[in-house]
Amino acid sequence: MENRNILSARFGKIKPDSVEDYVAAGGYEGLKTAITMKPEDIIEEIKKSYLFGRGGAAYPTGIKWEQAYAVPLEKGLKYMVCNADEGEPGTFKDRHIMAEDPLELIEGMTIGAFIFGAEEGYIYCRGEYSAIQETLRSAIDNAKKSGYLGENILGTGLNFDIRVVSGAGAYVCGENTALVESIEGKPGRPRRKPPYVKNAGLNMKPTVLNNVETYACIPWIVKEGGEKFLSIGTEFSGGTKLMCLSGNVVNKGVYEVPFGTTLRELIYGMGGGIPNGRKLKFVHLGGCSGTCFPEGLLDTKICYNDLRKNGLSLGSGAVVVIDDSQCVVDYLKVVMEFFEEESCGKCTPCREGTQRMVELLEKLSEGRGTDEDIERMKDLSQIMKNSSFCGLGKSVPIPVLALLKYFEDEFKAHVAGKCPSGKCSMSGGKK
Amino acid sequence: MDKVKEVLSKYHNEKENLVQIMLEVQKLSEKNYLPDEWVRYVAEALDLPLSKVYGVITFYAMFNNKPRGKNLIEVCKSGPCHVNGSANIIAMLEKELGIKPSETTSDGLFTIELSNCFGACDIAPAVKIGEKVYGNLTQDSIKNIINPYREGFN
Ligand SMILES: Cc1cc2nc3c(=O)[nH]c(=O)nc-3n(C[C@H](O)[C@H](O)[C@H](O)COP(=O)(O)O)c2cc1C
Ligand code: SF4
Ligand code: FES
Repeated sequence: MENRNILSARFGKIKPDSVEDYVAAGGYEGLKTAITMKPEDIIEEIKKSYLFGRGGAAYPTGIKWEQAYAVPLEKGLKYMVCNADEGEPGTFKDRHIMAEDPLELIEGMTIGAFIFGAEEGYIYCRGEYSAIQETLRSAIDNAKKSGYLGENILGTGLNFDIRVVSGAGAYVCGENTALVESIEGKPGRPRRKPPYVKNAGLNMKPTVLNNVETYACIPWIVKEGGEKFLSIGTEFSGGTKLMCLSGNVVNKGVYEVPFGTTLRELIYGMGGGIPNGRKLKFVHLGGCSGTCFPEGLLDTKICYNDLRKNGLSLGSGAVVVIDDSQCVVDYLKVVMEFFEEESCGKCTPCREGTQRMVELLEKLSEGRGTDEDIERMKDLSQIMKNSSFCGLGKSVPIPVLALLKYFEDEFKAHVAGKCPSGKCSMSGGKK
Repeated sequence: MDKVKEVLSKYHNEKENLVQIMLEVQKLSEKNYLPDEWVRYVAEALDLPLSKVYGVITFYAMFNNKPRGKNLIEVCKSGPCHVNGSANIIAMLEKELGIKPSETTSDGLFTIELSNCFGACDIAPAVKIGEKVYGNLTQDSIKNIINPYREGFN
């Protein structure tokens, strides 16, 4: 079988910030190929690769770059920005790329800079990864010393530098416009759209913004060709995906799998199944903002099309496994507390809605909940979905509605004063 | 204040570096907080209204206005850690240090804080002490992790 390690091939095998090691292990061949090509042709390869954005929204990268390329130069030099905020609970793949092979991200951004004629790049890395920020800075310095970054890169006349900017603990800064606000030194609240960042992003200048893993795919695509990348995955999802397996599973960790692998293979094969003789209760896919589903959908392939057909989405690639000792009400409460804390407070549906969700779930978990409370959660979900200002508030209802759909009986049991798994205190007693 | 000045000049006294400046300044405090006088000083140096600066500080979870312990112990309470027993870790730490979350030990060494996911779910349940992340925690390991900080080895 062909080696399917595209992104993780060098993990653990090289000194992460060493350009020498990186080049010896096949690094920078993408950039060397790119500088012999026309920008339009590189973009064409990316389109052919069916690479979709790995940050969660799964926008086709080739099309994003084509659109960005079409933004006229009179609007100003473009910025290359990398979203390394990785705040979605259950997601830790970008951390692995940055800690173990940061130069593949840097090379991807540099290829972008060559296409767009960008001179400045930013990696916006979450504040919690402060140690990894140092690895990134060191890799950037080494790339500059070796002529792969900085002035006159590889003799092409291209000048491109990258700065690492730290976040300071705000999940919402992972949203494109909030992220650029944060780089500008302001509170990271989302902006009204349009304008989109491709036209007016950082400092209101055209900005190309992608996730860490997305950039990290670019060198391989340029080196090996878009069709080859596509051939590794499925018809509509090119390449591999770094999946983050966590929760109640034997072998937690990051796994690079070709698209087309089933969730069952991931969880029971590579993941080794559920520990302590427990059974799977449900899977939370894509982080807090993703959907939840029970055993029945485990044979779904990891592929944007197949997932969509089953009403699922891949999100960031987080796969949180929940076993049958856990309680849905208790788990959902934890998820809603996350959103309550991370809501930026700009719009009412999300600021108030997340608080009400937590309150309703507290009532249920203390045995004070009613049937009307369950209905209220559904109504509130509709309101938040339709009228929240940004993706954070809009996605809060996703796990709520999914768990209510699959586990309504368990919610009802809480109304009747019983927590079947015994996790909830039910201290509120019965009415 | 000289050290604050140094940080400011490292970032060329530029407004857009406010978040970066504050992160470094907070580290200087050794108590994981931003003293009011430093905040005023930075605001003046960057020619920003104090209200704007506080607007930024209060927005981001990593900033604090009140002194905290020398060692900040952040216990992750998000989903993946929660289902791996983070509540037990919190209980053990409370017992071990005699404080509740958000409190600081009387010797000023430790503050326990509950945090959201910091990307260590592959070693859940996890805690972060300063920049260091510790995972796969058990009752025994948590003691062994805390002790060196207690004796000032770190
Ligand atoms: C609330 C919120 C948080 C987000 N957090 C992240 C994040 O941490 N990392 C990320 O890459 N994308 C995140 N996104 C998605 C980004 O807005 C954006 O779609 C992505 O970075 C684009 O890059 P891609 O096309 O390469 O995926 C978030 C979106 C929202 C609405
Ligand atoms: S939906 Fe939530 S996070 Fe987004 S702007 Fe509104 S309050 Fe802020
Ligand atoms: S959930 Fe605890 S580190 Fe991610």
